[in-house]
Amino acid sequence: MSPTLLAAAAPDGPSLADFGKDPLWISIIKALFIFVFLMLGVLFGVWTERKVISRMQHRYGPNRAGKFGLLQSVADGLKFGLKEDLTPNTVDRVLYTLAPIILVVPAFLAFSIVPFGPSVWLFGHQTPLQLTDLPVAVLFVLAMASIGVYGIVLAGWSSRSPYAILGGLRSSAQVVSYEIAMGLSFVGVFLFSGTLSTSEIVASQAHGGTVGLFGLDIPLPSWHVVLLLPSFLIYTITMLGETNRVPFDLPEGEGELVGGFMTEYSSSLKFALIMLAEYVNVFTVSALSITLFLGGWRAPWPISLWDGANVGWWPMLWFFIKMVLVFMFFIWVRASLPRIRYDQLMAFGWKVLIPLNLGWILLVATMRVLQVESNRVALVYTLAAIVLVGCIAVWFRFDTVLQRRREDREAQVEAEFAQLRDAPDAGGFPVPPLDLPHYHGAERKEVPSGSN
Amino acid sequence: MELYVPILVLAVLAAGFAVFSVTIAPFTGPKRWNRAKLDAYECGIDPTPQPVGGGRFPLKYMITAMLFIVFDIEIIFLYPWAVAFDQLGVFGLVEMVLFIVTVLVAYAYVWRRKGLDWD
Repeated sequence: MSPTLLAAAAPDGPSLADFGKDPLWISIIKALFIFVFLMLGVLFGVWTERKVISRMQHRYGPNRAGKFGLLQSVADGLKFGLKEDLTPNTVDRVLYTLAPIILVVPAFLAFSIVPFGPSVWLFGHQTPLQLTDLPVAVLFVLAMASIGVYGIVLAGWSSRSPYAILGGLRSSAQVVSYEIAMGLSFVGVFLFSGTLSTSEIVASQAHGGTVGLFGLDIPLPSWHVVLLLPSFLIYTITMLGETNRVPFDLPEGEGELVGGFMTEYSSSLKFALIMLAEYVNVFTVSALSITLFLGGWRAPWPISLWDGANVGWWPMLWFFIKMVLVFMFFIWVRASLPRIRYDQLMAFGWKVLIPLNLGWILLVATMRVLQVESNRVALVYTLAAIVLVGCIAVWFRFDTVLQRRREDREAQVEAEFAQLRDAPDAGGFPVPPLDLPHYHGAERKEVPSGSN
Repeated sequence: MELYVPILVLAVLAAGFAVFSVTIAPFTGPKRWNRAKLDAYECGIDPTPQPVGGGRFPLKYMITAMLFIVFDIEIIFLYPWAVAFDQLGVFGLVEMVLFIVTVLVAYAYVWRRKGLDWD
């Protein structure tokens, strides 16, 4: 029996029909809660990250402001406010001011469809522990992420400085590239749950089968991460790419681009907003991974044997624990991995993640068809075989073409190098000509492009 | 429509906070004028003059944006298909295989023309 059919038989937590019934003041309370949760989450998330990373690197980390340095982020925030708010002469003032706002608002909005728990009684009203749910909830998150890209592009573009514009372009290209792989990795989840609404996706992860072992009925985990492990792994990679975190933190590659698209933002509250948006995005993708793959607010297996585990306020605790664990994973990755090169990053996103994802989606769909209508097995097998053979054929064709091209290029380079090595006027080694024109910066003279 | 009201409430909260921060930022900090401080930052050398209205940027990024649109639309088609998959059955699967193969033709073309390479 498929998970969706079971979910329809017995409601596991709120569904889409339970939303939109709150009075306005309950919506305001919930919105305030999400706002405060994210603000405090960012403050203590930054502290946790700095503390954990420093322990991983054998140093103490922040330990001056407050006990264990707990107030470090608060102190940083205050300091941001007390710094001079510089607006460089070169910038486009309107967009430069607007960009942090465009970054922050969608980052907060994306969190509004995250389910924290089932329905509870709140001041005499029964209401789900979730701000709202939409028939297109996951699409809404992707839409908000896309609007956030505007903030990045505009911040870089309006700064009108080389570092900022390059950082902005790099960052936006990276985010949109990984957004495709991210969007594709959700398709498997929708195949199994049959809905885009987050509360119903959580409900669809309520029941798995059981396996009898030594006379005990051990329930199989019903979370999508088990059945859709490749989707989850791809999502994990893309969520690092989407939030510009290590190892994909090229937009802020400080060795090459100083601060990336935020180079021209002085350490004032505008910069604080940009940082806030980045951390909120990290929390959003973590919450999304929990909701779609890790069972949402549902208790993990040993706890879920207890009847009260998935009712009332308890699920909020499981959700927070999962959030902390996923965030720890972010920190762990940051402490472990070096930054990758930009061409590797784009090649990985476009040439590996996307084809892998499409192949996996077709595979999952074929399995699903087998599960749903078993009478047309032969047709489906033929189809799967065709797809597989097609993929292999395309791959081999590309491989040979690329191989041949690479050999040609290497031979050409070899020939050129041999020629230059024997040329006495080049000093026996290829060097650029000495009279190559370049920009001196003595007078602010505009150099026509292509001449430097 | 009432599903969207709570999102509006949160939007008002977040936008209020962001606008408030940006507005008070110039008043809370000190102000000390310095010509060099107001230049674009380029690690200490004189800033490169930027043309008014934004400079040129590598075409590569535009191609990436166009490719993004193609694949994003593919995703938009995949979502309703995935949601209604159980009702569509084998028919849906065959249709989607045809659609993905069609998109893959364009994908293979871009790959071969080095649209996905960065140097």
